Amino acid sequence: MARKIYIVCVSGTREKLQMAAMIASVAAATGDEVCVFFSMNALLYFVKGQSPDAPVEGSFGTLLEQDGGVPPFKQLFKYAAELGDAKLLPCSMAIDLLRVSTDQLDPELGPPTGLTKFLSEAEGAQMLTF
Amino acid sequence: MSEAKIIDARDTFCPGPLMELISYMKRANVGDELELLSTDKGSVNDVPEWIAKVGHELISSEQVGNVWHIKVRKTK
Repeated sequence: MARKIYIVCVSGTREKLQMAAMIASVAAATGDEVCVFFSMNALLYFVKGQSPDAPVEGSFGTLLEQDGGVPPFKQLFKYAAELGDAKLLPCSMAIDLLRVSTDQLDPELGPPTGLTKFLSEAEGAQMLTF
Repeated sequence: MSEAKIIDARDTFCPGPLMELISYMKRANVGDELELLSTDKGSVNDVPEWIAKVGHELISSEQVGNVWHIKVRKTK
């Protein structure tokens, strides 16, 4: 039976985004219902024209950064959407604060979503926060 | 029977090899064989787990040197 996995990404550090993307991609590709909610610093990387280079938290982040064999977190989130129909939702509050429109976000992202709707849809899901 | 399509995912880390396999699997036809080459040790468990969960067929899995050769067939 498919699980329901809801992920909240708020941190903009490489390690946390990488781990969230790994879980999202594997779970979605395995048939689980996956929804990722991007807010705060995590959303910045999905604004067109922004550098995808997230700062590292520690030495492991440097390893992730330097080894060319590690799939970039943005590619993994894209896999999650394309291979497993994961929903990637930008936080409406964060969008308002950034003063960007939806067409300035990466095309994989869905409609701006408020917390009330996200929490309502997350009912019964495993919730992971990064 | 046609030869297996080789997916060379050597020197990429988890979940890269699995994602590569799934990408090719989506585009393959039912009955096609795919052979994943991976140096990621997790693949030897993760790929069969994924295959079992989604219902494809694991044909073989063997280690040659430091490379895992995992052959699968698309069944649906």
